[in-house]
Amino acid sequence: MSDLFPLCARGAETRRRGRVLVGPVDLTLEAGGVTVVIGPNGSGKTTLLRLLHGTARLSAGTLDWACDTEEARKHLGFVFQRPVMLRRSVVQNIAYPLRLRGVGRAKARGQAAEWAARVGLGQMLDRPATGLSGGEMQKLALARAFITAPRAVFLDEPTAALDGAATREIEALMQEAKEDGVRLILATHDMGQARRLADDVVFLHQGRVAETGPAEAFLAGPETAAAQAFLRGDIVE
Amino acid sequence: MTDLWAGLAQAFWLVVTLDPDLMEITLRSLRVTLTALVIASAIAFPLAALLAVKRFRARRFTIAVLNALMGLPPVVVGLIVYILLSRSGPFGVFGLLFTPSAMIIAQVIILVPLIASVAHQSLRDLWSEYHDLLISMNVTRWQKMQTLLWDARRALLTAALAGFGRGIGEVGAIMIVGGNIDHATRVLTTAIALETGRGDFALALGLGFVLIALALAVNLGTHWLGRTEREGRW
Repeated sequence: MSDLFPLCARGAETRRRGRVLVGPVDLTLEAGGVTVVIGPNGSGKTTLLRLLHGTARLSAGTLDWACDTEEARKHLGFVFQRPVMLRRSVVQNIAYPLRLRGVGRAKARGQAAEWAARVGLGQMLDRPATGLSGGEMQKLALARAFITAPRAVFLDEPTAALDGAATREIEALMQEAKEDGVRLILATHDMGQARRLADDVVFLHQGRVAETGPAEAFLAGPETAAAQAFLRGDIVE
Repeated sequence: MTDLWAGLAQAFWLVVTLDPDLMEITLRSLRVTLTALVIASAIAFPLAALLAVKRFRARRFTIAVLNALMGLPPVVVGLIVYILLSRSGPFGVFGLLFTPSAMIIAQVIILVPLIASVAHQSLRDLWSEYHDLLISMNVTRWQKMQTLLWDARRALLTAALAGFGRGIGEVGAIMIVGGNIDHATRVLTTAIALETGRGDFALALGLGFVLIALALAVNLGTHWLGRTEREGRW
């Protein structure tokens, strides 16, 4: 299996109707660990994640995986801030990516049931997914993203709307994935979460990467004024 | 008012005595409409799904045309199909004019835009809900369409039932291409038109009540079988 990383973005931009949403971005993501993308609201965290993942159009610049892009995209997962639930049962939702890949119904269901149990949804396999609570939906979304054994998963503020208990469970799942060797790229505005999970940090400001570096160094003493203000809790526009 | 009561009584009598003529034209009505419905759905559902997921230059125009065609006058459809199937027409060699097959063809042309438009509304809404997820999963267009069609199956059932309602009550087109021939192409609606023309209002009303009961029974039966109203289902 060829390596996915490093992922190199050079002058990468995404535009909509002529307006630059994010970029130009120059960034290199190495293999392993958790990269946390932080920045004020509207700084372009979600768009950057989508750009790196390939769901947002690359309007300018280059974005190169260590292997072929199409091949790389087969090994990626994405978890949204507001999880999208298919109008199916819990187990069918989790099994969906396997079914897309041609795994038989019974085998896919078996694996999905295992993942459901792993994320604490084992007792509600046949319940409609749209009837779950926010935390349960997010756990389902994680199980659905991880069931295909992806090598990298992009997570867009997965705990933004969750209470403390649900956040703790989701973070534990992310930690497990990291230990299993899955590369995580996580957008968050929760600095506590960044401290708990990050190996390295990308600080975004006004659609551009203002600062990157190891989490410990960044959190101890950011170099840019915007990052310093953000960490102080000031309002950063 | 007297005619209405007489019609009800006649309908009751025709049904309880299992009148052979009534059974024959009722079964023919069902056969023609259900066949047309299956063919029209097989065309309309994938078309609606494709219009929901694929972006192309003439997409909006295509949707507008499809919506406009919902109001396609059946008599005009009947006339065009008649010309195409008549002995001097391009498909005259098949000898389909004045047969149930011609009636099915006309009904398919009438039903496809209706079913596709109603289905497209549901599939478009579902696509806006699923868009980000399916794009992030690198799903092929065919898989997107399959997913939408499966997850919107109850809404599609409603679209198909709307098509059934339109088809079973249709008279203009099938009168022209079927010819209302006794024991060959006569169906409930054309029989009603015939009996009204003859002045036998009671029989016409009787057939009309049978037609209404049939439409209701198929709708209720489909909902019951599909369990569309069952709690916790979509």
